[in-house]
Parts: sequence; C-alpha cells; structure tokens
Amino acid sequence: MWCRGPRLSTYQCSFKPRKAATTSEKRGGVANAIVGSLCLAFGASLLSFLLGLPIAFALQKEYISRRLAQITRLSLDILWGTPSIVYGAFGFIIMVYLGLRASLLGGIIALTLLMLPIMVRSIDEVIRMTPPELKEASYAMGATRIETTFKVVLRQALPGMITGVLLAFGRGIGDAASILFTTGYTDYIPRSLFDPVASLPLAVFFQVATPIPEVQQRAYASALILLIIVLLISVVSRLLSHRYSRHIIR
Amino acid sequence: MPHISLSNLMVAYGNQKVLQNITVDIPNNQITAIIGPSGCGKTTLLKTLNRLVDLYDEIRVEGEVRIDGADIYDPKADLLNLRKKVGFLSQKPYPLPMSIHDNITFGPRIHRMNRKELLDQIQELEKHIPIDSLCPNGRQEETRHSKTHEMAYLVEYYLRLAGLWEEVRERLHAPAAQLSIGQQQRLALARALAVEPEVILADEPTSALDPISAQLIEKQFKTLKNHYTIVVVTHILRQARRIADYVIFLYLGELVEHGPAEQFFSSPRDERTRAYISGEIS
Ligand SMILES: Nc1ncnc2c1ncn2[C@@H]1O[C@H](COP(=O)(O)OP(=O)(O)OP(=O)(O)O)[C@@H](O)[C@H]1O
Ligand SMILES: [Mg+2]
Repeated sequence: MWCRGPRLSTYQCSFKPRKAATTSEKRGGVANAIVGSLCLAFGASLLSFLLGLPIAFALQKEYISRRLAQITRLSLDILWGTPSIVYGAFGFIIMVYLGLRASLLGGIIALTLLMLPIMVRSIDEVIRMTPPELKEASYAMGATRIETTFKVVLRQALPGMITGVLLAFGRGIGDAASILFTTGYTDYIPRSLFDPVASLPLAVFFQVATPIPEVQQRAYASALILLIIVLLISVVSRLLSHRYSRHIIR
Repeated sequence: MPHISLSNLMVAYGNQKVLQNITVDIPNNQITAIIGPSGCGKTTLLKTLNRLVDLYDEIRVEGEVRIDGADIYDPKADLLNLRKKVGFLSQKPYPLPMSIHDNITFGPRIHRMNRKELLDQIQELEKHIPIDSLCPNGRQEETRHSKTHEMAYLVEYYLRLAGLWEEVRERLHAPAAQLSIGQQQRLALARALAVEPEVILADEPTSALDPISAQLIEKQFKTLKNHYTIVVVTHILRQARRIADYVIFLYLGELVEHGPAEQFFSSPRDERTRAYISGEIS
C-alpha cells in the first residue's frame, strides 16, 4: 500500500493510536515513536530547564566567586562535548541504581544529563551579555541582587534563553545513543513514566538496516519527521525570541 | 549640616590607589560639580557615595563617608536604604528592559511602597514642586491622572519632573528601548527620582547626548536643586560654569581644590587649578 517513501498514508497510519508497529512487522506507522520522542524531549527539557536555570543564574559574579564560576563553565563545556553514548551508559547506571527498568523516566534522566550542560551554558552566555551598567542601574535604585536577577536580567535575557532552551530540545529529541539503553523500545504509546517508550531516533536505528522494504520505509519516514520537528523548533524559537526582544536593551 | 561629608577617603582597585586623602563637605541643595582630567577618579568618587563601587572586585575603601551623620561603609549600614536615598545617573542611559511606565514604577515596586506611602511621597514633593508648575503655561488642566490612581499619577508626576511627559504621554506602555538617547537619559532621571532620593549623583549625564537634550537635562537639574542635593561629574568646564554652585577639582586621584563656583573659577588658589581652567592641562 505504501511502499515508496513516506507518503501521506504513512502519516495516516502514524496516528492510529495505541498499537503501532513492531520493528519487523510490515504494517503499521510510527505514532509510537513520535509520541515517545515528544514525551522524552519535553520531559527532559522541562527537567533540565528547572535544574539549569538556577545554575545559570548562580554563575553570575554576584552569587559565586569568579574562580568557581570559571571551573563550572569549563566543566560544563567538557560535558557539552562529551559523546552522548557516555550519557547513555551513565544514565543506565543511574537507572540500575534507582532500580528502574528501561522506561520513559530512564530516558528522560539520560537526556536531561545530555541537555543540562547545553541548557546552562547557553542561558549563561545570554546572561553574561547583559550590560553591567544595566545591572548597575537596578542596584543604584536599591534593588537587591535577587530583584535585579529576576526583574531585570531575566527579562533582558529572555529571548536568548528561549533560543537556548529550544537548542537543547533539538539536541535532545534527535539523540539516539543516550536513550539506547535507557528507554527500551515498544510498539505502544507509554501510559506512565515507568513504561518503556519508542522514539524517532531509535525507530531509524532499529529499522533502517532491515531487508524488509516496508520496514525500511518506516525508518525513512521517522527520519523525515524528526527533521521536520527540528525545523519547526528552530522556526518557533526565532519567532518567540523575536517576539520577546522588544524590550531588550543593547 | 551637610548631607555628605568625606574625610580622608582612600579608594583602591587592588593595589592601585585611585583616590587619596579626599576630605570635603558637599553642600546641601546645590549642584556640586566634580571636574578633572580623564582618569583622575571622578567616576570612582561618585560611585563611592552610594557604594556602587561595591560591585567591583578587589575594591578597597578607607576613610569615612558620612551621609546624614552615619558612616555608610560601616558594616552594619543599610546598603539598600543608602542607595534609595542616593540616586545615580550613569553616563550612558540604560533603560530597564520594560515599558516606559514600568521603568518609573520599578523603584516604588521594589521598595514595596503601598498606596498611602506613594500618595504621601508625592504630596510631600508637591509642597515644593507643585505639578501645575511642571505643566506648560495654560495647560494645567491636562494633568489627566487623578490621585485616585496613585501609580498613574506618580508616573505622570515624575515624567513631568524630568521634562519627558509631553513626549511620551501617548505611549507609556511602549518599550523604553525605543526612546531616543536623550529621552532615555531623562527617563533615567525620572526613574531615579521616583525612588524619592535626597541626593542625585550624575556621571557625565550629558556626554552621550546632543546639545538640545543636554540643555534639557541641565535645565532640569537647576529646577531640582531646590529640593535635592545634586553631584555632577563633568569634563566640560563650560557646563560646570553654567550649572555648578560648588566645584571639586580632582587631579591624579587627589583633591586639589574645592570651593564655591564663583570663587573657584575667578580666583583659583592652586597652580594646577589655574592651569586646568585655562586649558593648559586636560
Ligand atoms: N573597575 C576598575 N578596575 C580597575 N581599575 C579601574 C576600574 N575602574 C576605574 N579604574 C581606574 O581608576 C582610575 C580612575 O578611574 P575613573 O573611572 O574614576 O576616572 P574618571 O575621572 O571618571 O575618568 P573619565 O573622565 O575618563 O571618566 C583610572 O586610572 C582607571 O583606570
Ligand atoms: Mg568617568
């Protein structure tokens, strides 16, 4: 029925809920992988944002010494450059330690580890671009450092922060190695954090090298959908950061 | 009694002393100009007066800075209150990343002033500078905001006080970043005034501005000095002559001479002052 490439029928199939396709079956779509990937990426983005934002703010010189900030930045840069398979392995260790099986939660933890350095460093960079005189203006009116951080620096850095968050999201949703051991793979859409979960990168990974053409096509479709999602993210990030840059001071 | 009195002030960045032996009283309700060649420590001196120098690493301050009798470098001193009392205007204006309206209300908001405090503050100020006197002739009925909307009234009052109201009245909720640089400087002034300081420090407040905007700021300072103590750093001698009542001359981190403007310019006592005024050193 749909043999050559990701035609419309692919997508129609994609959204038939619950039962999607096993890696070897000829019939079925990739809804399990789409939903799984979105769950993983949103979950990990949220978690790494919640963890990363305070860290990024704390790197300002008002909060910690310059030396400690430098060391932290250097470590984060190294972590940023670390191959994602290492995060996968590390996430797996944490998972085992916590007594979790391969699951959505395990994947979110591994992806969070991967995304956290990106999140912190990109937010940190936009915070550092805040003109010191702007902070000074706030302090000069008797604002505390918390007020200055949340009422002035946060607003000034908002457009850049959006870009940073979506950069991390894009990196996270496309990563295969970090979730290889931690999410498992399933034909079903996860019902809870403890269910195994399929994902687009792994859908590509598991299906592209089979001899069955239908299954291979499903891999290509997954790759295309992944590309489209990443493209959408970068468009959205541009729109959003443009929208919020009305107020920023150069 | 003077608000501000310095004795034996020494300021150093790390090992580099930039101010030494500064002893001077700054007169109340006058405009004091700090003048001197580039790099002589004018900005540093100004920023020691509301402890903005605290923001630099490795800064060292010795000696005494008394404001209303209290040593502001006392470890127990209330830093936030000091900065509320002593406002600061930087060389290049930096509007806060929010609307014009929110720039003005920023100070009152962070100091969590309630309705009554806001009204009291304006009423007190209006005794000295009534809002009618800030309106162009015959247009007094235009004060649109009644006192029942205290924030709106406060915004209008301080924008008028800074001479910016007429230009922005229709776009109070536009981003402050859209204003011209001259307007931004007057916005910065309005914003600083809204905290109701007693002293206003201004670091070359007109150097980034065109001559017309610069004139507006000077004019505003002359209006304000009846009610505030103003300290202005300037490297423009003519500006100091135009607006200063009292002059402090710094040279290489030392206080060379200070005195009432008239006497300072007409009969300087120190050789270096004479040379500086006549343009031999700069
Ligand atoms: N953050 C800083 N760290 C180290 N040294 C500084 C710092 N700020 C200023 N200085 C030094 O302190 C001295 C006085 O600087 P200051 O900015 O007070 O001079 P100024 O009189 O305001 O000069 P200008 O007229 O150029 O503004 C200069 O030698 C300068 O190099
Ligand atoms: Mg200066």
